[in-house]
Amino acid sequence: MTVAAARASRRRASRVDASLVIGLVMLGLIVLISVLGPLLSDPTLANVGAVRPRRPPGADFWLGTDAQGRDMFTLMLNATPNTLKMGLIAGVIGVGFGTLVGLVAGQFGGWIDSTISVISDALMTVPAIAILVIIAGNISEMTSLIMALVVASLSWMFTARTVRAQVLTVKERGYVEVARVNGMAPLEILFVEVMPNVAPYILASFVGTVSAAILATIGLEALGLGAQNEMTLGNTIYWAQQSSAVLRGFWWWWGPPIVVIAVIFVGLFLTSVGFDRFANPRLGRE
Amino acid sequence: MSSDLFRYVLRRVIQLVLVVFVAVSVNFLIPRLLPGDPVATLIARMQTAGGNQSIDIEAISASYYAKYGLDQPLFAQYLNYWGDILRLDLGVSFANFPEKVTLMIARALPWSVGLLGAATLFSFVVGSWLGARLAWPGAGRLVRSVVPGMMVLAAIPFYLLAIILVYVFAVELRWFPPAGGVQTTTIMRMDWATVRDILHHAVLPFAAIALGNIGFWALGMRSQTVSVLGEDYITFAEAKGLAPGRVFFWYGIRNAFLPQITALALSLGAVVSGAILVEVIFNYPGLGTLLYTAIRGQDYYVIQGVVLVLIVTLAVMLFIVDLIYPLLDPRIRR
Repeated sequence: MTVAAARASRRRASRVDASLVIGLVMLGLIVLISVLGPLLSDPTLANVGAVRPRRPPGADFWLGTDAQGRDMFTLMLNATPNTLKMGLIAGVIGVGFGTLVGLVAGQFGGWIDSTISVISDALMTVPAIAILVIIAGNISEMTSLIMALVVASLSWMFTARTVRAQVLTVKERGYVEVARVNGMAPLEILFVEVMPNVAPYILASFVGTVSAAILATIGLEALGLGAQNEMTLGNTIYWAQQSSAVLRGFWWWWGPPIVVIAVIFVGLFLTSVGFDRFANPRLGRE
Repeated sequence: MSSDLFRYVLRRVIQLVLVVFVAVSVNFLIPRLLPGDPVATLIARMQTAGGNQSIDIEAISASYYAKYGLDQPLFAQYLNYWGDILRLDLGVSFANFPEKVTLMIARALPWSVGLLGAATLFSFVVGSWLGARLAWPGAGRLVRSVVPGMMVLAAIPFYLLAIILVYVFAVELRWFPPAGGVQTTTIMRMDWATVRDILHHAVLPFAAIALGNIGFWALGMRSQTVSVLGEDYITFAEAKGLAPGRVFFWYGIRNAFLPQITALALSLGAVVSGAILVEVIFNYPGLGTLLYTAIRGQDYYVIQGVVLVLIVTLAVMLFIVDLIYPLLDPRIRR
């Protein structure tokens, strides 16, 4: 097939995307577990020493128990919403701050724009976990809210870049010109005329930011820097790793968190790929 | 050198300096901005974390006060801190007092650079190639079935893949060692036995990083190649009757590859973040494991030192990538 012919066939193909559907189903499943989970099982079973330790999965304990005597099934039901919650909080703060910074940079330009751009470019290239380790290591008592704040502090750059780029194009449109000639104040133009037109891009970067925030949160927790008293997926991995669960063959200890995390990320990935194809048919399909 | 190129290089130099400056300042400021006496906190932590270790608290405490000059004004402390760093003095370890942090990092660095450098380069080249093949018309069945799977795999944090690999290939099948960089009994020499041992230990961590990254590069390259396919010069090249291989390499890949290099620069940080955890899972003797051990032992200077080295190394690598870029893209040179 020549390139030209392939291009034509690609243009013809357009139906509801399978990856979008599968992705949404996976995410829906996770949300369902998060909402219904606490009702399905007695949360005290996930306390240290609540049940017999190191039991493989069976009739009594569906996913077995860990070496600290916690029921893995209950632990997963409680850890999943906690991890999602942290990712969402960090994502909302990150996107909010990023939007603000991007709007300001795009609207006012000049030295404000240059400064913001240089800082956000520089921060984007730094390994986030390095800075997070320094901050997290210096906080005496880690809670999930502080964790979300710490992660959010390094999740705003992508949104800021996207929003800035969009503001720069929207700013030149006719209706903004009309508003300016009508004597609207710059801030009013920014929020009333520009922002609604940038909103779809803010929404798009939200998925990516939440996904990155969950990734960073789990990473910090797996390093042992998370809120130690909370049940989260990353903490479960940390304790499994601490207790050499892999070498001792307790696959039901590290397996469930990995499966849940994998479903979350693959779901987010497929959803965003599906949305991309939906919004930009030129990307084509496999 | 044209003025545009000069501006380009100048902007990159400023960015490099800025990153290093911010990294050092954050390292300096955060412990001081938080409430409490840093040295007292450190020592208290050390006592709770250390347990049965017999460490000379007085000596360590005195050395910290003297080192930081904590009675001096903040700005003087800051200048001292820069002075220490420029002399490559990153302090001493608590856990292995009085081992120098610089030496500990120097021992760990070659392991990380070797493993991560090789794995990143491998996945970048292979992933980009597969992505381009996938997007180009007439991709083989193997490419069409394997590569999308790799893309999905890349969505999962790759240290989780590392755990699965350890379980399957080290614990169950016992093909590869589950942990470490070499056999503890191996004497490090420049001979084949040592090299083979190092490679044998590196297979699984390498595979974890590669498996987790190939799909990412393939994904980026695929969408770049698809948009290049829409360009008129491809149609023109085909109409001219150029060989398909020539169109693919010199018209397709050549143009689609440039944004990949930008993406490489932007995602190195994320790769390093993930690789830290891969090292932890394999107990690989690199910076990641050093950082993890330091976090667990509240070995504060080691944490700061590793973080600083990570950020600065990465900033320098990015700087190099940025300088190579104009050589590949003639449009920037002009």
